[in-house]
Amino acid sequence: MLNDWLFIGLFFLIVAIFPGVPILLAGLLAPKRGSPAKTQVYECGMETVGDTWVQFKVQYYIFALTFLVFDVELVFLFPWAVAFDKLPLVGVISGIIFILVLFGELLAAWRKGVLEWV
Amino acid sequence: MEFLRDPITFIGNWLEGLLLGWNIAPAAATVIVTLLGAFILGTFSLALVVFTIWMERKLYARIQDRLGPNRVGPWGILQTFPDMVKIFTKEYITPDGADKAVYNLAPILTVSAVILLWAVIPFAPTIVGSEINVGILYIVAVGALGTLGIIMAGWSSNNKYALLGAFRTVSQMVSYEVPMVLALLVPVLLGRTMGVNSLVEAQSVWFIVLSPLAAFLFFLSAQAEIGRAPFDLLEAESELVAGYQTEYSGLKFGMFYVGEFLHAFTVSALMATLFLGGWRGPWAEQWPMLGVAYFFVKTFIVYFFVIVLRITMPRLRIDQMLNFNWKLLTPIALVLLIGTALVEKTLQSFGLDSLGLRTIINLGMNLLIIWGTIEILRRSAHTERQQVTEPRPVAMAPNTPASD
Amino acid sequence: MDLMQISFFIFAVITLVAAFLVVTAKSLVHSALWLIVALFGVGVLYVFLDAGFFAVAQVLIYIGAIAILIIFAVMLTRKDLRDAGSQHNTIWPFAALAAVFLFVGLFFVLSSWASFTTAKPGLLAGANALSDLGQALVSPNAYLLPFELASILLVAAMIGAIYVSLIKK
Repeated sequence: MLNDWLFIGLFFLIVAIFPGVPILLAGLLAPKRGSPAKTQVYECGMETVGDTWVQFKVQYYIFALTFLVFDVELVFLFPWAVAFDKLPLVGVISGIIFILVLFGELLAAWRKGVLEWV
Repeated sequence: MEFLRDPITFIGNWLEGLLLGWNIAPAAATVIVTLLGAFILGTFSLALVVFTIWMERKLYARIQDRLGPNRVGPWGILQTFPDMVKIFTKEYITPDGADKAVYNLAPILTVSAVILLWAVIPFAPTIVGSEINVGILYIVAVGALGTLGIIMAGWSSNNKYALLGAFRTVSQMVSYEVPMVLALLVPVLLGRTMGVNSLVEAQSVWFIVLSPLAAFLFFLSAQAEIGRAPFDLLEAESELVAGYQTEYSGLKFGMFYVGEFLHAFTVSALMATLFLGGWRGPWAEQWPMLGVAYFFVKTFIVYFFVIVLRITMPRLRIDQMLNFNWKLLTPIALVLLIGTALVEKTLQSFGLDSLGLRTIINLGMNLLIIWGTIEILRRSAHTERQQVTEPRPVAMAPNTPASD
Repeated sequence: MDLMQISFFIFAVITLVAAFLVVTAKSLVHSALWLIVALFGVGVLYVFLDAGFFAVAQVLIYIGAIAILIIFAVMLTRKDLRDAGSQHNTIWPFAALAAVFLFVGLFFVLSSWASFTTAKPGLLAGANALSDLGQALVSPNAYLLPFELASILLVAAMIGAIYVSLIKK
């Protein structure tokens, strides 16, 4: 089993280098005629005004949080699905209750208007 | 003969024998052969992009009733090479105040996350990068690494619009991961295993027949994951410039571009593996090369549908997209999962486990859910239409007094 | 020292250095990125323990969800994203001393524990860890109650999200 993970580990190493080498090469090949106008930050052709900050929109955070909740739920469900054959009926029902609880909270969040992109 | 049947394993074994013959320690020999295999896999997947970019441009053009690239090489096959040369020689313009380390790391991370997916996809019964027993979860985890690259790109560009674009992209990608992983749970449930090669071996009946709804959900969510139409709001040229890629030029932008195409092709390969039976086909077990051929045929069929979907559908707005995900796809996916679990367990406990019965009842349950969803949608649309077409009370002027 | 020990050593050092840089990095977003490296290192350590499922779950949940959440929170609540400035306050030598004492104390306590130096028995051949985990999660004698309570905990997290969004309105 460790052999499989060895492949993945080496693959990670190679894949980290793979895009890096062409980027380095192109950095050597490409012309470098920098000028102040070129390196200005792009804002549809105008000068940038103010610092680079984004107005706090709670919707981004809410969607990431909802995703986190469902992600944790799904990680719990994967071993349940793999062991499905050997589970007694009570095991399957408890898994289904798990899913239903989260379904219920999705509906609750929907009704409370949390999932709107205002 | 052995070589013809399975060249890759043959070469791998021969190389390992050679290295052991040179008195290299067995562990080091394994590492070297594995490293070579990983290198070849990475090169191969990047080389595939060259071909898929051409295929996409040709198909795009033909559906739009024009010719597409046809100058460079027969039918324009070599078109991608001049494009690559062009992008190689463009200047890198780093914006003022950009965080150099993160700025340069972001395209590498995004492209790496896509190439990493190829490690677990089986081309044939014996030709697979790595047969870890948690392959499906590995696929989802590596996809999550890609979203990280996007945030890094958006933040390090020191550009409000890039940051905003990155936030919206990540919100979309992260939202659509939920129905995608739920749809991936259904094959795991049906195949009782999480390893990708084991799932292909468990598909004596293709999973798209056992659970077409899961295949459809996976297809749709994957389109949104990779940012393709009709969910490509964030790369649309008129929206927020180029989103999180605004401040990238030259090959770094080329990397994002290549990553996107490769992701589309990889997702087609995943769909073919998990739902269309991967390398399965007549005589695939004895002749692994045939398995490879079947795999690629199925992948290209799915890729064809991906391209057609991109060309023919209009774009969704972001609030329509997110509503579609959280209010339609996720509930359907949850109901499908519950339904599949119930059906499988009931069939198993009554011992009616034969393949034919499983197929029919699972298929029936899927069709039931589809019919139920369409009914609910139709009812709610009907209610909405009624509300709109009811005669609304018109504001009436008060009765003028009789005497004036 | 065979290959596994060398690799373990390398990844342990990477994790520790990244964790150290989380605390001392000048920019908050850099801290978040070093945190991601540290979490990834922990994931690799899980692979060495033959717990592939946990390694992948670690990457998926921690890096794919929690780290993104942290980065969102950092970026959305900071006016100047590139704030720098000293990350130390004046009594940092005492804090470092306390940390070193804690580490040495832990080392002594653990090394005098009998089973610290005995190797644990390997997994039985034929034990299918994933399937056993799934069975254990839903069997009433094992972890059924924590399993269902976990779902209630996740509901609590969602209620937190609902509350936050209601405040904003």
